[in-house]
Amino acid sequence: MDLLAQVFNGLGIGSIYALVALGYSMVYGIVQLINFAHGDIIMVGAYVTYVGLVMAGMPLWAAVLVSILFCGVAGVLIEKLAYSRLLKKGAPRISLLITAIGVSIFLQNLSQLLFSSSAKSMPAMFPNGMLELGALQISSNTILNIVTSIVMMIALQLLVNKTKIGKAMRATSEDAGAAKLMGINTNSTIAFTFGVGSALAAVGAVLYCNTFHQITPYMGGMLGLKAFVAAVLGGIGSIPGAMLGGYILGVAESLTTAAGGSQITDAVVFGILILVLLIKPAGLLGKNVREKV
Amino acid sequence: MAMLSVKDLQVYYGSIHAIKGVSFEVNEGEIVTLIGANGAGKTTTLHAICGLVKAKAGEITFCGQNLRTTDPHKIIRLGLAQVPEGRRIFARMTVQENLEMGAYIRKDKSGIDEDYESVFKRLPRLKERRKQIAGTLSGGEQQMLAIGRALMARPKMLLLDEPSMGLSPLLVNEIFEIIHDVNRSGVTVLLVEQNAKKALSIANRAYVLETGTISMSGDADTLSRDEKVRKAYLGG
Repeated sequence: MDLLAQVFNGLGIGSIYALVALGYSMVYGIVQLINFAHGDIIMVGAYVTYVGLVMAGMPLWAAVLVSILFCGVAGVLIEKLAYSRLLKKGAPRISLLITAIGVSIFLQNLSQLLFSSSAKSMPAMFPNGMLELGALQISSNTILNIVTSIVMMIALQLLVNKTKIGKAMRATSEDAGAAKLMGINTNSTIAFTFGVGSALAAVGAVLYCNTFHQITPYMGGMLGLKAFVAAVLGGIGSIPGAMLGGYILGVAESLTTAAGGSQITDAVVFGILILVLLIKPAGLLGKNVREKV
Repeated sequence: MAMLSVKDLQVYYGSIHAIKGVSFEVNEGEIVTLIGANGAGKTTTLHAICGLVKAKAGEITFCGQNLRTTDPHKIIRLGLAQVPEGRRIFARMTVQENLEMGAYIRKDKSGIDEDYESVFKRLPRLKERRKQIAGTLSGGEQQMLAIGRALMARPKMLLLDEPSMGLSPLLVNEIFEIIHDVNRSGVTVLLVEQNAKKALSIANRAYVLETGTISMSGDADTLSRDEKVRKAYLGG
């Protein structure tokens, strides 16, 4: 039962990775950009939650909502200010990548300037208790994380597959030129995708704060990197893939720690990535890239 | 007044002068074809019309609107739809979703439903496969889907870029029959083709494009009897 409890722990952490991985995956799917600033959006979401909850004394629901909206808008703004012109001019991918790293450093420095580089502690946000299922003990926060991530994934799937803007996103990601011929404003569709991805990162940020109770301007670095690994592991561009990748990573970390290998969890995580990519280069649920004829 | 008029169009790719002063007109109700060899600039001309490449100079006017200053995604709202080279259907979406994307700019639900029916009537094979992922269709079916998708915008004019490319002779006949039929239903057609023989057989008028300039133009029947055209494009 101990093992099973560890698996659940891992799924709880993995849910956070998964929510962040969704943003990487969506943005990559539509503009083939690895948005390295995405990890720092989690940090932004965490600090906005902190400002709302602790500094402004907002009720929890309001602080969460403000954080999600703020990050959504920030995502759109970052796309408009930093990437949009490069994309329109057909700049080489490497320029976009460097810009993404620049945005990442900018966000980290900005939050350092505003909040200092020392860690801030977050209060517990949601009541946490132990649920006993027979001999199995799971914290309610773990359940909250898992349920939230699943709900978000389903909502995202519905958005992408059933709504007009979702279909415009898919069309743009497949062939932006053809999408324009259909009358789709690909620029605003891309900006919207950044917004949705960033809003999801804010949800991840809230769950992160509630799980770890501590935030720093650099928290997005490793978290973002792991979420990126999760997205690649699951098959970048695929929504269920990003989720699966996140869960696998979380469980692998948790089991490694439980087995006494807490110093090597990162090595295990990246080792899994290398292994999977050797066997299945497109990732677990990755689409086979077909050459256009 | 011509429905579409292109005057002294100039397009560069970097330092390469791809289109060197091309002018032509398409009148309402016509089928006009732009024929020419590979690399003559046919696709570039169409891309310039739709704003997918930027023209350096010249005028492009559709129904009185200056297309050079119109955003690419707004051109279809003027009633100008394109069936692009290589079909460029959305391969990971279903046939139905591809048609939906064709009607992306429209809000008249009942009109859209009518047009699904008329597209399916005209292209019955799409109806059988409406739930299928478009990438799994055969080449001919994909071409039909690309035409159906463009028709879903209920355009005034249809631009077709090499619709016969990569298709068997039997399918080419079928596709040209469809194009002819679409034109008879009141849609003006600008057809860009390497298959000059087929194109001239359904067109009213034609322009011959050679290395970025119009070398000949005229009535399709007259051009198909022209000695030079026969030698260069019709295989003797």
